[in-house]
Amino acid sequence: MNLRRMPFTREIGWLVLAFLYLPVFILVLYSFNGNRTATVWTEFSVKWYARTFHNPSIQVAAWNSIILAITASFGSTVLALLAAMAARHFFKGRSAVEATLNAPLILPEIVIAVATLILVVSVGVELGLMSMIPAHVAFCIPFAYLPIRARIQGMDAGMEEAAMDLYCNRFSTFRRVTLPLLWPGVLAGFTLAFVTSLDLFLVSFFLAGPGSTTLPVYIYSAIKAGISPEINAISTIMLVVSIALVMVSFAFGRMRR
Amino acid sequence: MISRENIRRVTLLSPSLTMLFVMIGLPLAILAWISLLQRGVTSGVDWSAPLGLDNYIRLLWEEDFDGTIFFHTRYLEVVLRSVLLAAGTTFFCIIVGVPAALWMASLPKRGRDVIVLLITIPFWTSLLVRNYAWLIILRDDGSVNWVVNALIPGDDVGLLYTNTAVFIGLVYSFLPFMILPIYAVFEKFDWSLLEAAYDLGAGRARAFRKVMLPIAMPGITAGAMLVFIPCLGAFITPALLGGGKTLMIGNLIQLQFGPSRNWPFGASISIVLLALMMLFLMGLALWKNRRSQ
Repeated sequence: MNLRRMPFTREIGWLVLAFLYLPVFILVLYSFNGNRTATVWTEFSVKWYARTFHNPSIQVAAWNSIILAITASFGSTVLALLAAMAARHFFKGRSAVEATLNAPLILPEIVIAVATLILVVSVGVELGLMSMIPAHVAFCIPFAYLPIRARIQGMDAGMEEAAMDLYCNRFSTFRRVTLPLLWPGVLAGFTLAFVTSLDLFLVSFFLAGPGSTTLPVYIYSAIKAGISPEINAISTIMLVVSIALVMVSFAFGRMRR
Repeated sequence: MISRENIRRVTLLSPSLTMLFVMIGLPLAILAWISLLQRGVTSGVDWSAPLGLDNYIRLLWEEDFDGTIFFHTRYLEVVLRSVLLAAGTTFFCIIVGVPAALWMASLPKRGRDVIVLLITIPFWTSLLVRNYAWLIILRDDGSVNWVVNALIPGDDVGLLYTNTAVFIGLVYSFLPFMILPIYAVFEKFDWSLLEAAYDLGAGRARAFRKVMLPIAMPGITAGAMLVFIPCLGAFITPALLGGGKTLMIGNLIQLQFGPSRNWPFGASISIVLLALMMLFLMGLALWKNRRSQ
C-alpha cells in the first residue's frame, strides 16, 4: 500500500486533466469538421485550414504577430539579461528591483492596456505596431527574466574568475565565458517571451491601429462576429505553435549546466 | 557610496527599469491623474478640467434631472459580482487543487514530471483560445447541452452568458495557478512525517487535517494570490462566456475606453480595481502573519 496516497486524490487528479484538455480537444476536433455549424460533426476535412491560409486578413495578422513577437522577445531578453547580470549577487534593494521587474506579472492586463493607451495617445504617438512594440517589450520582461535568473543563480563563478586570472577583461569574460554558460537560460527566456507576446491580447487590442491587427485581436473580433470552424483552425495553429515553443523552452531549461 | 560595482549595477539595471518605468509606471501615474479629470468633448480626456473626485462619486451616486443626488448600485453590483466570482473561483480551485497536488506528489518521479508539464502547458497557451473552446462547448448546440439532453430530455440548458459559464471559464483559466504552488510544497515534503502520524494512530482524515493541510498552507496562500488577482481583473472570460448581465470590472473598464469613450471614468474604475487587489494582498499578508505567530 502506498501510504502517500490519499483516497479520491487520483480520481480528482485525472478529472482535472480531463477538465483541462477535453475542451481544447473538442476545439481541435471541430477544426477538422467539414460542416459549417462548428458543432455538428459531419466528415473529416482540412478545408478550414486551407481557407485560413488563404485569408488575407489572417495573413496580415499573422505577419504582424510574428514581427511583434520577434522584436518584443529580442528586446525583453536583452533587457532581462542585463538585469539578471546586475541582480546576480545580493545587494541592498535587490528584492525591490526584482519586484519591479515582475510587476507585469501581477498587474491586471486590462489596467496595463488602458494605461498604455492613455500614454500613447497623450504623447501623440500613432496607434499601431510602433506603439505596440515597446508595450510588448515591457510586458515580456519578467517572462524572459525568470529563466535567465534561474540559470545565473546556479552558476559557478569559478570559470569566470579563471578567465579574469588569465587576463581576460570584463567584456571578453562575459562574451567568452559567462554568455556561453548562460545561453540555455537566455534561449529559454527568449522563447517564453516570444510565446507571451504571441498570445498577448488586451495590450494589442487597445493599441492596434488600422492594419496592425494581431492574431489574438483577429480571433477576438471574429468570435464577436459569429463563431466558425475557421476560428477553430486558426486557434489550433496558435495552440500548436505555443505548445511546441514551450517544449523547446523547457528543453533549453533542462540543458546541463 | 559610489563604487565601481555600484556603477556597473546601475548601468546594467537602468535599461530594463527605464523601460518598465516608461511603459508601466508612468502610464499608471497618468491613469491615476486622469481619474481625477473629466471626459473631453472631442477626445477622451479634458486635460484642463479641475481635479476632483467626481468619477469616484459617480460610481455610487448619481444626479437626477432635478438635481437630487441618489445612491445607485449599478456599478457596485459589478464590483461585488467580480469579488464573489473571484472568491468562488479561488475557493473551488483550493478544493480541487489540494487533492490534485497530493496525487501528483504521490506519483513516481517519471510520471510526475509528465503531469507537471501537462498542468503547466495551459498557462502558456492563449487564454483567448482556451475560453473560446468553452464558448463552443457551452452553446445551445454545443457538447454540454447535447450530453445533458441525452441524459435528461428537455429544454436547452442555456448555460452560456450566465454567471455559471463565467465561473467555469475562470476556474478553467486559472486552476493550474493553484495546483502548481501547492504541488511545489508537497514535492519537498518529508513523507516520513505522514508515516509518523499513521504510526501514532492517526487515521487518513486526521493525518490529512493535522499534517498535510498545514504543510500545504504556504502553497494554498500563494495559489490564492495567483488565482484571485487575475480573476478579479478578468476580461476575456466574461467577455466571451458572460453576457450583459454578468459584467465584471474588466468589462466595465473596457466599455469606458471603447464604446462609452469616458476615459476618466474608466481610469477611476481601474484605480478601484488596483485598490481592491492591494486590499486583498494586505489581508492575505495579515492573515499569514497571524497564523505564523
